[in-house]
Amino acid sequence: MAGLVGYGAYVPRKRIRTEEIARQWGKNPETIKRGLLLQEKSVPGFDEDTITISVAAGRAALTRAGIDPQKVGALYIGSESHPYAVKPSGTVTAEALGIGPEVHIADFEFACKAGTEAMFVALGLVEAGRVEYAMGIGADTSQGAPDDALEFSASAGGAAFIFGADDLIAEVIEAYSYTSDTPDFWRREGEFYPRHGGRFTGEPAYFKHVLAASRGILEKTGLKAEDFAYAVFHMPNGKFPMSAGKQLGFKIEQLETGWVVPTMGNTYSGSSPTGLAAILDVAKPNDLILITSFGSGAGSDSFVLKATKRLPKVQGLAPTVRSMLDGPRHYVTYGEYAKFREKMIVNE
Amino acid sequence: MREVAIVGAGMTRFGELWNQSLRDMFVEAAAGALNDAGADRLDTIYVGCMSGGQFVGQEHLGPLMADHLGMNGVAAVHVESACASGGVALRQAFIDVASGMSDLVLAAGIEKMTDGADVTNVLATAADQELEVYHGVTFPGLYAMIARAHMQAYGTTEEDLAWVSVKNHRHGAMNEKAQFPGEVTLEQVMASSMVAEPLRLLHCSPVSDGAAAVLLCPLDQAGQYTDRPVKIVGSGLATSSLALAEREDPAFLDSVQLSAERAYKMAGVGPRDIQLAEVHDCFSIAEICCIEALGFVEKGKGGPAAKDGLTTIGGRIPVNTSGGLKSKGHPVGATGVAQTIEIFRQLRGEAGGRQVENARLGLAQNMGGSGASSVIHIFQGV
Amino acid sequence: MPSPRYTREIPSRYRLEAGRCKGCDKVAYPARRVCPSCRGKEIQMVNLTPKGKVVTSTVIHVPPDDFLMEAPYAMAIVETPEGARLMTQVVDCEPSTVLPGMDVSLEFRLIRKEGKGGILCYGHKAVPVF
Repeated sequence: MAGLVGYGAYVPRKRIRTEEIARQWGKNPETIKRGLLLQEKSVPGFDEDTITISVAAGRAALTRAGIDPQKVGALYIGSESHPYAVKPSGTVTAEALGIGPEVHIADFEFACKAGTEAMFVALGLVEAGRVEYAMGIGADTSQGAPDDALEFSASAGGAAFIFGADDLIAEVIEAYSYTSDTPDFWRREGEFYPRHGGRFTGEPAYFKHVLAASRGILEKTGLKAEDFAYAVFHMPNGKFPMSAGKQLGFKIEQLETGWVVPTMGNTYSGSSPTGLAAILDVAKPNDLILITSFGSGAGSDSFVLKATKRLPKVQGLAPTVRSMLDGPRHYVTYGEYAKFREKMIVNE
Repeated sequence: MREVAIVGAGMTRFGELWNQSLRDMFVEAAAGALNDAGADRLDTIYVGCMSGGQFVGQEHLGPLMADHLGMNGVAAVHVESACASGGVALRQAFIDVASGMSDLVLAAGIEKMTDGADVTNVLATAADQELEVYHGVTFPGLYAMIARAHMQAYGTTEEDLAWVSVKNHRHGAMNEKAQFPGEVTLEQVMASSMVAEPLRLLHCSPVSDGAAAVLLCPLDQAGQYTDRPVKIVGSGLATSSLALAEREDPAFLDSVQLSAERAYKMAGVGPRDIQLAEVHDCFSIAEICCIEALGFVEKGKGGPAAKDGLTTIGGRIPVNTSGGLKSKGHPVGATGVAQTIEIFRQLRGEAGGRQVENARLGLAQNMGGSGASSVIHIFQGV
Repeated sequence: MPSPRYTREIPSRYRLEAGRCKGCDKVAYPARRVCPSCRGKEIQMVNLTPKGKVVTSTVIHVPPDDFLMEAPYAMAIVETPEGARLMTQVVDCEPSTVLPGMDVSLEFRLIRKEGKGGILCYGHKAVPVF
């Protein structure tokens, strides 16, 4: 059986508080914090992008896996903020990780689902015996237009997962995908910020796909919500994943470990993958884990994983997600945030 | 080797010379040196310039400058060693005359820095592009790291650094060629804006235009041009790693020490024999490190020298009587030759209000990069 | 930076590849053809440990144009456990706290952009050991 041999995550150390963004636009921060359950979000520095986040997460994953990077035969990065429109993020990342040149590389994009998409394909190649190890990464420096509700959530971070067939830290019991054409959120070529359909992004988009994919994989595996130790759903805000989890019969104790959004924000392609990494940081052998992503456009990928006896041995080999969320942080003002996110026009 | 003398000198004022081009400045300085000596011909011209190519888009300076001086046909070549280009041009001229290859040689230094180029970027080409500049370091930044290492090792203070600027401006106030001939107070230096911690604006030499030229000939022919020649009795050139990180001790300028050893040996003198010196104070910390490497003070003891009056006119070893790069200005390629002219004037007793009494033996030290090259000459009045 | 040059420098910038002299053990970063210490020519490739100690430092307040938006930023000479020294920015902390003796780790970061349309240039920067 194929599964995970290593994982790693990275969250930038800069943060902005919900209050600071609300103040800028004359909004009431308490309403936002209550409505979206968002306290603060991570902010990338000038020198952080999908590539640097992928390298940091990838290095942690390789450390936990303890494998020769040269044996990684495929590397896929899912993101909607690849630094180049043309030229892969994966080539830079692979070189930095010491992977290749005998490696298959591709950059994926499927709104916030691109990360699990990369994982889905990496898993498939290992299961097929095409490559010994494959790495799937979800990472983003998410964009949200100024004064858009997205600005309270769009953040930076990501997670990397290495799939293999032996010495697993978690078996992948099943993978499942559910997709339809649903224009709920998009960004046209050449546009700087994404646009969205407001409340249309909820019921007909997020909930429809997340619930369908999750129910699909539960049916396929014959498992019930109570069988799982943990579950994580894509986190566009604090509310949606909790609501989805409850509709599927999960309890808060199963959901809160991977629910990293209140202090991290929505790292788009890195969102549910980072939540999974936070779960792997603490899971015990034989724990069952459900992860369901969501990407606008729209679709969801679901995986059921089962932790092995090896997992506790690798958890401490690299920084945990919580240690990065609760660890050293630097709070920026809205002005600094606008500067770091290059929202200011300057002379070249 | 023949004995070599300087028999004439000329230079422009240093400053923002908006109405003068690179070639205009060269001609003013070169013609000044020829007039000074009453010479009307040349065998060879050495043009020291750091980056005509990047400052004004002009390379191939040898023939261009010879042509504009009305000396088409004369052997002429551009020499470059970053901010030490002028001192290296002098050394090439010295070697040329000493060897017997040429009898009458012009050593010039020129730089035009105010024509709109990104000065920080151009100067940074003298640092290691791959290892230093790539990461965003600047020249003030490199010298700031030297300063911090010196402070860490020897307890040198920000006030020590500031005193170097105060002292050099005091000297420069008496130099009519200086770009900033005004005095500055310790408080002004300490309150000036931060450039690269711990270096502030008034620890840094300015961006300048200017040109300087000296005329060299064999000592036994000097009488044709002047009755007060100045002999070049020692010359030393040395290198160190371009990248500051590669140096064992970032608080010590080993190229300066090595070039000094060579110049002292050739001249048959030691640091205690030197009566005045022009040293490369591109930043205040540089003067402190240079006087240590030159042996004027012990290693680590350079910090308080300016404050204690050791290096002031009237002190044990007056340093930068011209005002130094800080007050006189620092058109980078011209600096080495301008330093030479200050010593030339001092040894001839022509330095006016800043004259060092009974000056017979002087030294000029000119440096490139963060100390990757250093060229030193020792001069003796005849 | 032109692509050909950037590409040549990838091994040292991305993976901190350095050269250890087989004769005297001196580690040069990046690797050199001739050992700067003993002139030995037998060089073995090694990867630097991504951590070190600040030898000396500064805070750049007047930056080159390409780094205008980042100023003020700290820069330091960092010595790795192998004895190699490299010039690097020190980020994710108050620039004024970067002083000699500080322990740092080296992280992969975007170093500079070639204007709006050129290539992105990566490498390592130091961050404090948290």
